[in-house]
Amino acid sequence: MNPAARFVPLARLLHWLMAALLLSQLLIGVAMMASLVLRPPLIALHRPLGLALLVLVLVRLWVRRRHPPPALPADLPRWQAAAARASHLLLYALMLVLPLLGWALSSAAGNVVVVPGDVALPAIAPHDPVLYAWLRAAHGLLAWLLLATVLGHVAAALHHAWIRRDGVFEAMTWGRRPPPGTG
Amino acid sequence: MSTPPATPRKRLPLAPLAAIAAVVAVAGIGFLYVAGRLGDTPPSARTLIGAIEAAAGPHPGYRRAHSRGVCVGGWFEGTADGAALSSARVFAQDRVPVLGRLSIGGGDPHGAEAGARVRSLALQLRSDDGADWRLAMNSFPFFAVPSAEAFLEQTRAQIPDPATGKPDPARMAAVLAKYPSARAFRDWAASAPWPDSWANTTYNGIHTFVFVAPDGRRQPLRWSLRPRVPLVAMDAAARAAATPDYLAAEFARRLAAGPVAWDLVATLPAPGDALDDPSQLWPAARPTRTLGTLWLDTMAAQAQGVCRDVNFDPTVLPPGIERSGDPILAARAAVYAHSFNRREREIARGQAPEATGQEGPR
Repeated sequence: MNPAARFVPLARLLHWLMAALLLSQLLIGVAMMASLVLRPPLIALHRPLGLALLVLVLVRLWVRRRHPPPALPADLPRWQAAAARASHLLLYALMLVLPLLGWALSSAAGNVVVVPGDVALPAIAPHDPVLYAWLRAAHGLLAWLLLATVLGHVAAALHHAWIRRDGVFEAMTWGRRPPPGTG
Repeated sequence: MSTPPATPRKRLPLAPLAAIAAVVAVAGIGFLYVAGRLGDTPPSARTLIGAIEAAAGPHPGYRRAHSRGVCVGGWFEGTADGAALSSARVFAQDRVPVLGRLSIGGGDPHGAEAGARVRSLALQLRSDDGADWRLAMNSFPFFAVPSAEAFLEQTRAQIPDPATGKPDPARMAAVLAKYPSARAFRDWAASAPWPDSWANTTYNGIHTFVFVAPDGRRQPLRWSLRPRVPLVAMDAAARAAATPDYLAAEFARRLAAGPVAWDLVATLPAPGDALDDPSQLWPAARPTRTLGTLWLDTMAAQAQGVCRDVNFDPTVLPPGIERSGDPILAARAAVYAHSFNRREREIARGQAPEATGQEGPR
């Protein structure tokens, strides 16, 4: 592993931008289902934000393909390396699937997704109660799974930053790297 | 794979581990709190839909409120006055197809229609630009309570006491004592005539909406559907003698003779009129504008009708019409969404044979 290896700046920018938007999106999602009076403004945010996140994750996958991420430290226990691979695969899968599920469940409910600028998105699923019920259940469950995966990701990142101090966390930041051997 | 260098065994890094656990726990608990999963304080949309279900009893696959009704269809023709007030395409297009639902108030899908104090009409207008306008209107001219929390109180007061099987009159008395609009609503219910048809009933939007004109001018207003069929009232004896499906059968006979029409009339407020409180009626002398005419010409049972799987959420508005800050309007969007999710889930799981007309003869 090249100890100076970092994600390319565009990948870092996309990571932190999406981190902020994704956490906001998850929070808006649970709040709009719970709130007595804030559902209309929150759903008006949730839909365009979901579409933006879908576009961003596609851009990010393209950037990742062109600029593969730095390798994990060679001394990382195998189970941790496997968990890192699996959780990143899960994060990308959920970031792709959740906006598509949201769009599809709106279509299955007979609702039109209108994004700012009064642009109505086309329906991507038939108006059907059975389909709606399953899509809606999947959207909710997978959103909680995404939150759990994100929290696991945060815990692992902080483990690298505060305990292992192996440069993995710093690969995604702009700050000075800790001198090696301070861990 | 390289062999890790042998390092002396170190003490467990307790402080950073605790910090990581704290970050994850705070975030997780924060999400659960915002999701309303840590109890009913503050009350959530689930609290309210739960109270509505408790007041009506379980009726899988049906709407949690206004459960009994029929699907209707027709068209809407806008006026120049409507097009001057709002840039929404519905007012400019020749004929906008309409899907709707006529219903009675209450959560009992078997309630006797003629005996229902509240009658309702919900509509979906889809104009040729793809925009969607959903309206959910009622025969009462104003809402009984001013806020979502008060609506929860009122609904809770209607939950039957397990001991008596009836709502506790003391709880309803407390709601009446607390909210003048609840007393005004009780007086309306006691004195307003009972129309003998869905066709001669006035349906009120009750909430204030903002129409945005093509030139950007914003006009707050409230709308009502005023029937062209003259009102004929039904007395208590006639209501008691009527069959349970009286209104549906009567409306079917009317449609056989031709379409039924209502005018969509907007009332414009004067300075000082309540814009965000649907429990405050505006004075009768306010100016009005006729926005268009609704025609209904088809009707179908809701079990397999198109309206069954439509959520008539009154906050679904086309460009050119906006919501006011009315909290009851916002709360309706929240509880309608939960009602829709629950009944579609019951239908998907096959738990609603009656609501979907899949049931054998009883």
